[in-house]
Amino acid sequence: MMRSSAKALITRDLRLLWQRRGDALQPALFALLTVVLFALALGGDARTLAPVAAAVLWVAVLLAGLLALDSLFRSDAEDGSLEQWMLAPVPLWWLVLVRTAMHWLTTALPVIVATPLLGELLHLPHAQLPVLMVSLLLGTPILSLIGAVVAALTVGMRRAGILVALLALPLYVPVLVFGAGAVTASAQGLDASGALLLLGAGLLISLVLAPPVTAAALRIAHT
Amino acid sequence: MSDAHVPDSRVQATPLLAVRGLRFARNETPVFGPLDFAVDTGEALLVQGGNGAGKTTLLRVLAGLLRADAGDVEIDGATARSDLRARSMAYLGHLPGLKADLPALQNLEFLCGLHGRRHRQSSTSAMAVVGLGGYEDTAVRHLSAGQKKRLGLARLWLSPAPLWLLDEPYANLDLEGINLVNRMVQAHLRSHGAALITTHGAYAAPPVRTRMLELGAAA
Repeated sequence: MMRSSAKALITRDLRLLWQRRGDALQPALFALLTVVLFALALGGDARTLAPVAAAVLWVAVLLAGLLALDSLFRSDAEDGSLEQWMLAPVPLWWLVLVRTAMHWLTTALPVIVATPLLGELLHLPHAQLPVLMVSLLLGTPILSLIGAVVAALTVGMRRAGILVALLALPLYVPVLVFGAGAVTASAQGLDASGALLLLGAGLLISLVLAPPVTAAALRIAHT
Repeated sequence: MSDAHVPDSRVQATPLLAVRGLRFARNETPVFGPLDFAVDTGEALLVQGGNGAGKTTLLRVLAGLLRADAGDVEIDGATARSDLRARSMAYLGHLPGLKADLPALQNLEFLCGLHGRRHRQSSTSAMAVVGLGGYEDTAVRHLSAGQKKRLGLARLWLSPAPLWLLDEPYANLDLEGINLVNRMVQAHLRSHGAALITTHGAYAAPPVRTRMLELGAAA
């Protein structure tokens, strides 16, 4: 039952994504634009770009995810789909987890896949690329999971765009600090594994805690 | 003391849905209750009352979307926990829960994947039952309100749940659609189901064994 509901939800989300492929591309394009504009604004000089490259990429991914956060549950709440989720014979947290995974797959993953190219654009030192990739792979799912909690808390409000950002950003800061910090540490020749392990621990904790909290918030917002 | 030896086997079968002392208040204002009623298999309960009498709220409480302030709900003699509710109830509310961008059939397929499906029933045949044959590939945004309602009925038709909670099922439907709802309820009750139906009372009730529950204005 859990597998068939997940399959149904993934199929539906992919079909919706295809129907509105213009909108779906928006977060990835936004990240791409941020990186390109940074490269242009800083003059394309390798010496000025290299030290900030990892941080710029991290911020671009973070903001791209934030852009799509408000729509995570909103349309489902408005057309009554969320009601059907709550009435389904599968736990709500499971559907929430699947939906959050789809958010990560559509906002963070495209940028992560493009990171080697974008890194080239920002003159990211090649030695830093593996650490950056690992930190993004561990850190961005945390952003999606925390973001889901915030999106669920604000789903009852008609327009919550700025509120979502205000609530999510302080929670995003530690992830950003450790994510970008791991790359900076390795650039200075220090061991990055500490920061990466902390990100991994954060991912595990948010994977366990965020879906039930999101489900509870959705139920509260709905009554 | 001798009363302790009452035989365990009950003469009457346990009702499919039994509600005792159910009460709900919104911000300290009572909406309905305390209510006591039971619905047997093969029976329909018509919940009547004017606008604002709490019909929709009652159905949402029964479905588990709202939490009752007091009272017990039993399904087949067992306390209705959320997983039991989800398995035994199918709820058709005011919001259709359909994605406007997706075709009718894909919407139905998703909802079936979520709620499960009765054996030997295909989505296409359910769409034919509700009179939407030929609309499978039409995006839901191009369907009329009545046709969306019919699509919701097709979901109920495919649902394995024995208890239907229908909130104003006759709204937006033409005469033929009203007959369709009645025929579907009749067929559902014949296959050992039961239904709760809210109406203003202005429509023809389905020709089945019915009980009435009159909700007054909140007092």
